[in-house]
Amino acid sequence: MTRTTFALVTAALVLAPGGLGAQQKPILDPSEIGKPLADQWTTYSGDYTGRRYSALKDINQATAKNLSLAWTVRLSGGLPGAGGGGFGGGRGGGFGAAAASVVVGGEGADEFAFAGTPNVKGAILKVGDVLYVTAPDNVWALDALDGHQLWRYFWKTRGGTHIGNRGAALWNNYLFFETPDNYLVSLDARTGKERWHVEIASFNEQYFSTAAPVVVGNHVLAGTGNDLDMPGFLQSFDPETGKLQWKTYMVPMKDGDPGLDTWPSLEAARHGGGQTWIPGAYDPESKLYIIGTGNPTPGYTGQGRKGDNLFTCALVAINVETGKMAWYYQTSPHDTHDWDSAQTPILIDGTIDGKPRKLLATASRNGWFTVVDRVTGEPVTSQPFGSTMNWVKSVRKNGQPEPNPEKEATVPGSLVSPVEGGVTNWPPAAYSPDTGFFYVHEHNGFNLLYLTETDPRGSMGLAGKTVAGVGSFPSALRAIDYKTGKMAWRHEFPQGGGSGGILATAGRVLFTGDGGGNFVAFDATNGTPLWHSRIGSPSNAPETYMHAGQQYVLVAVGDALYAFTLNK
Amino acid sequence: MRKYVVLGAAAGVLASGILISAQQPPAGRGGPPPTPQGQGGRGGGRAAQSFPAQQRKLADPAVIEKGNTLYGINCRLCHGPDLRGGDMGGVNLLRSPIVLSDQEGEAIYQVVHNGKQTEGLPPMPPLPLPEDDVKAIAAYIHSVAARMAGQGGPPPGEAKELNILVGDAAAGKSYFDANCASCHSTTGDMAGVAARYATPMALQNAWVAGGGGGRGGRGGGASGRTAKPVTAVVTARDGQRVEGRLVKIDDFLVTLELADGSERTFARSGNTPAVQITDPLDGHKQLWRKLTDKDIHDVTAYLVTLK
Repeated sequence: MTRTTFALVTAALVLAPGGLGAQQKPILDPSEIGKPLADQWTTYSGDYTGRRYSALKDINQATAKNLSLAWTVRLSGGLPGAGGGGFGGGRGGGFGAAAASVVVGGEGADEFAFAGTPNVKGAILKVGDVLYVTAPDNVWALDALDGHQLWRYFWKTRGGTHIGNRGAALWNNYLFFETPDNYLVSLDARTGKERWHVEIASFNEQYFSTAAPVVVGNHVLAGTGNDLDMPGFLQSFDPETGKLQWKTYMVPMKDGDPGLDTWPSLEAARHGGGQTWIPGAYDPESKLYIIGTGNPTPGYTGQGRKGDNLFTCALVAINVETGKMAWYYQTSPHDTHDWDSAQTPILIDGTIDGKPRKLLATASRNGWFTVVDRVTGEPVTSQPFGSTMNWVKSVRKNGQPEPNPEKEATVPGSLVSPVEGGVTNWPPAAYSPDTGFFYVHEHNGFNLLYLTETDPRGSMGLAGKTVAGVGSFPSALRAIDYKTGKMAWRHEFPQGGGSGGILATAGRVLFTGDGGGNFVAFDATNGTPLWHSRIGSPSNAPETYMHAGQQYVLVAVGDALYAFTLNK
Repeated sequence: MRKYVVLGAAAGVLASGILISAQQPPAGRGGPPPTPQGQGGRGGGRAAQSFPAQQRKLADPAVIEKGNTLYGINCRLCHGPDLRGGDMGGVNLLRSPIVLSDQEGEAIYQVVHNGKQTEGLPPMPPLPLPEDDVKAIAAYIHSVAARMAGQGGPPPGEAKELNILVGDAAAGKSYFDANCASCHSTTGDMAGVAARYATPMALQNAWVAGGGGGRGGRGGGASGRTAKPVTAVVTARDGQRVEGRLVKIDDFLVTLELADGSERTFARSGNTPAVQITDPLDGHKQLWRKLTDKDIHDVTAYLVTLK
């Protein structure tokens, strides 16, 4: 789109000339983004708190047993007419939708076009009557009533790691998403037509972008990722123009930068990782966007980066207007297991020792649950939440786990729990103010971890080790009392482990996968299963919203979406 | 990409273990590690998974060879024989933003020609090399970078022989006698155990895991001996007891494979019907929680003597 037409669209928002009705509202008024979660799903976590707690309660402990499938649809993407089905979307959707429009963009050659089966591993926005769904290089707009496709957009890639996309962001009539070859792309959410795309990280340096952008005010906050020892950073872009507003690195980049004393050299720090894989939470009162950072690099060979390695594996609070770091708290000092702390943290307005507190809680991949004061970053409590973890040597005065160096990769092998994937991973946790519990899946297993790179320089990326799986213990859905970090209850899955993220609702119901191919509603107070459907293992976090007077629960299993509602 | 081939060959017997770990998704990346081949269905083809370092067209082999020689003379001392940094403090070229963004030597030439002073690093002096020579060096560097493994791993080097046998065999025998002998015998099931595994590492992986790589039938090990299956007894409402290999259990059903090979599935609700599971690996699972790395290395040192 040219700059002129683009300016016209902008003007239309304010003046509503031409074909737009005088009172026509934008698809998503910026003031509605991040409002407490109820009828719509306006941003990655549903709202800014990261709680994934919906005020909706038509579906509750008494009615959940009456949940029934409203519709299902299988998504197809790729170049129109190429393999995957192209026009029309909905293979097996059960409706004969007319060929919906496909918009193609991108900087890559046709031969590079991603032809994989779509796999939905991120948030689906529900705004107005439309669902906005993403997978790497693909965006779909679907009618929320039956899932039929309104438009879809396909991005021709230059390459990069196509491993997942965590979702889109909306602001006024504009949609934003990231591509594996590091573009932030903005579409007109009404048509799927592209407005602009800007490069947000170096493709040559092997960055790849999976994150969901999050819009706060007039800032599009975009994280990115890298496996080749490159520094992590968070950036803010202007939603109108895509112009960079600020860029904040998560590791020291020059002499005098804070945290440099936790690295052996500036060169090590500048290659130290700390990627911004997953969106953070936003606290409107303090204007702080608080994000969990990725692991230090090289991942498994810590010999070349002795020290705590700030600000990797940390909670980092960033002022959205300036990009300046207000505070940090490292949840995993000197990680050597690829256990990032990228998990979306959760804002909790709680009470500690009888005093009201503004808190922030996170359950990290290393199996460590941490609660801090979200204004100051001061530690409040911390506890392990895995059942078989063996890597913590001691706990520091400020609640940080001290890693046992003997549980790093060694030549003769070290027996390590949890396994590489961690006790938890990117699928989001949830928190319910009704129960006061923080909910997270715990995965328990052991690996034998061998060091294969003995060079004092260490290796690169995630190399330098060999991993042999030993075996696993049952995984579980765990409820944690945020005040103490202690377990409130634990629902064990006899085989396999929980899958997908977790949704909590005011109906005192939790939705998540059991790892055994079931999508399950649990009683949020004690973990008793209330309802299930054997649709396969969820690949994203379930969501809920109101549509046409009905509460829906929506979840993805790979390329299929399932929308459940109550029989009436 | 070669890395995966080498890994597969070297670690043939731990295939089951590697599969399990490969399925643990890294948080940000959210899926199995990508490979340049994009294997595994969701990959979507080689091109879509790769970065410019792997996509570039390599220079003529003669130019690369010339570059290799020139690198050895001019660069190796500081940047190392493997390009990953050397004793004189030169940076790792394989993760250098300048190298990664260079196309045909133009960016590298600027540094070689002018020298470079980087904060926190020893200065690189200017080198008066002709442009064609620098282009050849750049072609060589790019040819090495093109062989890098997935997830930022360096190109496969020469195979290193790493000795995992650091344990004390006598202490391992004592541990075995005290903790393992109630189920295992060095003259029975463990007789000649060392001969069944290609490497001490494979032997160690197998014995710690319990022989078969854990529940769920992933692999079973190349030793030719699979672990005993997990079995279950389901006591139906009418008191009938049904026994078989446990195929699947969740909160809502349990499936057994019966002796005649048929499957039977029972609906579950809470603890009804009663399901009693026998996992032959229970002993090992309890072991994992308390086994020290020294115990592991000692027992392995002992078991390798059982040829």
